[in-house]
Amino acid sequence: MALDSKIPSGPLADKWTKHKNEINLVNPANKRLIDVIVVGTGLAGGSAAATLAELGYNVKAFCFQDSPRRAHSIAAQGGINAAKNYQGDGDSTYRLFYDTVKGGDYRSREANVYRLAEVSTNIIDQCVAQGVPFARDYGGLLDNRSFGGVLVSRTFYAKGQTGQQLLLGAYSAMNRQIGRGKIKMYNRHEMLDVVKIDGKARGIITRNLVTGEIERHSAHAVVLGTGGYGNVFYLSTNAMGSNVTAAWKAHKRGAYFANPCYTQIHPTCIPVSGDHQSKLTLMSESLRNDGRIWVPRKKDDAEAIRAGKLKPTELKEEDRDYYLERRYPAFGNLVPRDVASRAAKERCDAGFGVNKTGEAVYLDFAAAIERYGKEQAYVQHLDANDKALVKKLGQEVVKTKYGNLFQMYNKIVDQDPYNTPMMIYPAVHYTMGGLWVDYNLQTTVEGLYAIGEANFSDHGANRLGASALMQGLADGYFVLPYTIGDYLAHDIRTGPIPTDTPEFEEAEQNVRSQVDALINNNGTKPVDYFHKKLGKIMWNKCGMSRNATDLQSAIDEIAALRAEFYKEVRVPGEQNEFNEELAKALRVADFLELGELFAKDALTREESCGGHFREESVELDGPQKGEALRDDENFTFVSAWEYKGAPKDAVLHKEDLNYENIEVKQRSYK
Amino acid sequence: MKLTLKVWRQKNATAKGQLVTYTIDGIDGDMSFLEMMDMLNNKLINEGDAPVTFDHDCREGICGSCSMFINGEAHGPDRLVTTCQLHMRKFKDGDTITIEPFRAAGFPVIKDLMVDRSAFDRIQHAGGFISVNTSGNTQDANSIPIEKENADNAFAAATCIGCGACVASCKNSSAMLFVGAKVSQFALLPQGEVEATNRVLNMVKQMDEEGFGNCTNTGACEVECPKGISLENIARMNREYLAASLEG
Amino acid sequence: MSGLLKSSIGRKVAMALSGLFLVVFLTQHFVINSTAVIAPDTFNAWSHFMGTNPLVQFVLQPILIFGVVFHFVMGFVLELQNRKARPVGYVEYKGSANAPWTSRNMILSGITILAFLGLHFYDFWIPEMIHKYVEFAPEDPTRYYAETVHKFESPVRVGLYVISFVFLALHLWHGFASTFQSVGFNNSYSKALSKFAKVWSVAIPVGFILIAVYLHFNQIPH
Repeated sequence: MALDSKIPSGPLADKWTKHKNEINLVNPANKRLIDVIVVGTGLAGGSAAATLAELGYNVKAFCFQDSPRRAHSIAAQGGINAAKNYQGDGDSTYRLFYDTVKGGDYRSREANVYRLAEVSTNIIDQCVAQGVPFARDYGGLLDNRSFGGVLVSRTFYAKGQTGQQLLLGAYSAMNRQIGRGKIKMYNRHEMLDVVKIDGKARGIITRNLVTGEIERHSAHAVVLGTGGYGNVFYLSTNAMGSNVTAAWKAHKRGAYFANPCYTQIHPTCIPVSGDHQSKLTLMSESLRNDGRIWVPRKKDDAEAIRAGKLKPTELKEEDRDYYLERRYPAFGNLVPRDVASRAAKERCDAGFGVNKTGEAVYLDFAAAIERYGKEQAYVQHLDANDKALVKKLGQEVVKTKYGNLFQMYNKIVDQDPYNTPMMIYPAVHYTMGGLWVDYNLQTTVEGLYAIGEANFSDHGANRLGASALMQGLADGYFVLPYTIGDYLAHDIRTGPIPTDTPEFEEAEQNVRSQVDALINNNGTKPVDYFHKKLGKIMWNKCGMSRNATDLQSAIDEIAALRAEFYKEVRVPGEQNEFNEELAKALRVADFLELGELFAKDALTREESCGGHFREESVELDGPQKGEALRDDENFTFVSAWEYKGAPKDAVLHKEDLNYENIEVKQRSYK
Repeated sequence: MKLTLKVWRQKNATAKGQLVTYTIDGIDGDMSFLEMMDMLNNKLINEGDAPVTFDHDCREGICGSCSMFINGEAHGPDRLVTTCQLHMRKFKDGDTITIEPFRAAGFPVIKDLMVDRSAFDRIQHAGGFISVNTSGNTQDANSIPIEKENADNAFAAATCIGCGACVASCKNSSAMLFVGAKVSQFALLPQGEVEATNRVLNMVKQMDEEGFGNCTNTGACEVECPKGISLENIARMNREYLAASLEG
Repeated sequence: MSGLLKSSIGRKVAMALSGLFLVVFLTQHFVINSTAVIAPDTFNAWSHFMGTNPLVQFVLQPILIFGVVFHFVMGFVLELQNRKARPVGYVEYKGSANAPWTSRNMILSGITILAFLGLHFYDFWIPEMIHKYVEFAPEDPTRYYAETVHKFESPVRVGLYVISFVFLALHLWHGFASTFQSVGFNNSYSKALSKFAKVWSVAIPVGFILIAVYLHFNQIPH
């Protein structure tokens, strides 16, 4: 099947308006006759469910958590971008569009990104109207901050809990519709298959996680807002339950999976403390606005620090290597995430790491504390030369900005970041890849939509900070509710979709047999064993830097691990009860397939772009020596993979990317 | 370190449960409490036993899933943390740790340490929202300035993660801190004022119907709340409720 | 409005307001009692007024009795509801980690005060009622002081009174200050008021104890 991205014609800035004017609408009376399933209740799923219900559709919403409010969007810290230009610093829709495409290393679709930038301002209006308590200044107006890799302050925030506040906003909008009976909410339900009838997505099969019941649910369209697949790495900043299953089942039913290898490794996470580690914790990127990143200049010092013989605060200024400021004088500590992450890995691999395992660098607030302290001393007419006073005043300022993050760090690491530098290390955070969707957010399966992190569309090969929240809400509140109407307009006379059809029967049996096989497998190893092993392969061979040899061996190892999984996994307990091991086994089974496709995609993409860094593709000389080298001539396309029975047999479809409004350039942060 | 764990085991909602004693060795102080539980579970699976069921998800203290009652306190002995952020360095070698589910009529046990907190959702369905169309055609976000203090207080109330530690800690199983936080968030914002009367009446009504107890101002909820939600929110709800009742 | 007393918050406010009313009554009671130490004649005069003034006897007294009964009944109702709200208790519950003893044991201090009220009614109120409304005994405006002093002759009774006042203090320590929170008053002013409430909660019961002990050691002949 040829990929048709259905991008509307016309000038970039008019495409969305024009498209909205031209697509079919469903009249309000008919919307009552149409059911829509929304899987996932994060920013994308939650906002979509609320808006579709508001429009009048009958929505059935599903989440595996015990409440929609717990979806992992809640953990996003830093903020949400919007081209409001409230600060008057030259921001505009075009500039946000440009920054996003550039940040994504020219691997995203122009029209989608422009639309995202265009509706970004609506998001802020909407959220404020819903009672989202964004940070405000003393004049009572909304406050902004700047975020990694851009030159304007366009990020709206609510301390370090922006994701939480936005999700609670979407959740409250859902609550209103649940209260009105327009959304039927299914908590603790996991989607395990998509049901297709006559080529169209017409329902899903779910497992009630409490009772184990396998259920059929039908609708005229199915929307997946099921998030990313970072947990294929086992250790990531994703929630323990975040999984690829819904998207992967959709893939197996014909939805192409796009750019699986595009992973964002976030530079500022709390380092791994040992083998027991179950997940990683992010420290908001906003910390890089004030923190300076460094490692010791001399290896001896690094070794002494690792051995606990030397304290970082004892190291003199000239013995510190502020490597980001050294390598990237223009952007310094604010380079995009992929660049910052790779630079940290490079220093640690070279032997300059600063924690027990040698996989950590410092994020130091001493300079910021002094700067803010002096400023406060002047403002309050106090003695700016009194070091203790300046430190105290500075710490107070830092506390108001990052208090909750510092507290979190202190609880986890048991060190006080006000007095000693934080230790950070990159960790898997976000996956830009996902289900391929067209301009309407429809996958290659008719009637099956993917929104938010679950789709691939807007971030290209790398996502800019504070853009994930923007995309999730843009898709859910303002894009999908329009575009899905175009499809549903054909369904006003269809009537309710029955669930007693052979297609539902087949899908249910499919799920049942998989569940039975896992439960009755008389293996010896717990699910975690395989998940951890998969994670190690992914991290070592498909992580921050990749090469052909490693990727090929990753493909082989994952396939072997998958075979071992089906032979050796042990799932205790029964099917018809709350059985977390079973739920985990079902998820890991899909990760074991996705992981292989991931490596295959990374192997195919023989260029370095964004979060995907191929060691074979670097600048060999000139000022950019050693930096990532993109190959625009051969790889300016989206890789969309079609399922053909096994990951190794997946077929690649290319969607060529055309840049008509933006000049494709080498990213330089020097 | 080596620990003795007394864990509440209960097969399902209707079964009778009891504390079961386990011993576990090789616990590192840098482990989180849930990582210690993971270790216990993998040990149980290897020994052919059923692992302990507990709610957990984000493991960074924000989703509000984890919900254990540890040594007589919600989320354990540390302050301003959820169970997932409680670290084993807070315990000593040889300690005995009692782990129970959150207890309340409004939070029935599903299995082992997992409880059903959907009552909180239903309270929010009753009025935990501002009735605004999700069309995006609302007025500009900066058209109504909001006093910074009110905005900050609304935010402080809105940081509630809905974990239920307030209910679990309260000797009366009262849910007032949770509901008070929600009512306060909206009451403090001009956008929320419009529906304030009905909101507080409906939410309190639902709260009472869910079988939560009455507030007797012991303040335990505020102390145990992992997000430090203030009792002032309960006072504000009382005020709002009284005003609304007298009006209606 | 009609459903106010059916709601948790309505009941809580009712507890607070009835409690506050009793606090006012206690203050008044204390002021009159203190005259027994300072000026017995004044004590007699005020007692006579309180015992014979129709407004006090037939309006304020029933309101007071209603207030007392209401506060107790509501206290028991709330306690029962609260127990029902946790049908399965904890094996280990560390209440002391997050709340003071006084706030967790209002029912205990309350029941002690109720028992004391029984004794107190038996000692004073019932004889008074019999004296006035059953026997229709002739008025004697000077009898009150002597009767009161003689009641405190027994060390056992004085001991019981002292213990009861200690529990009264414990009850008030939490109850008085928390009324402000209950009626929705929690700001910098209420925090100052709470401090006053704490002082009052100790001072008044201690005052009652001092009066009882003073009268015990300063008996007059029968």
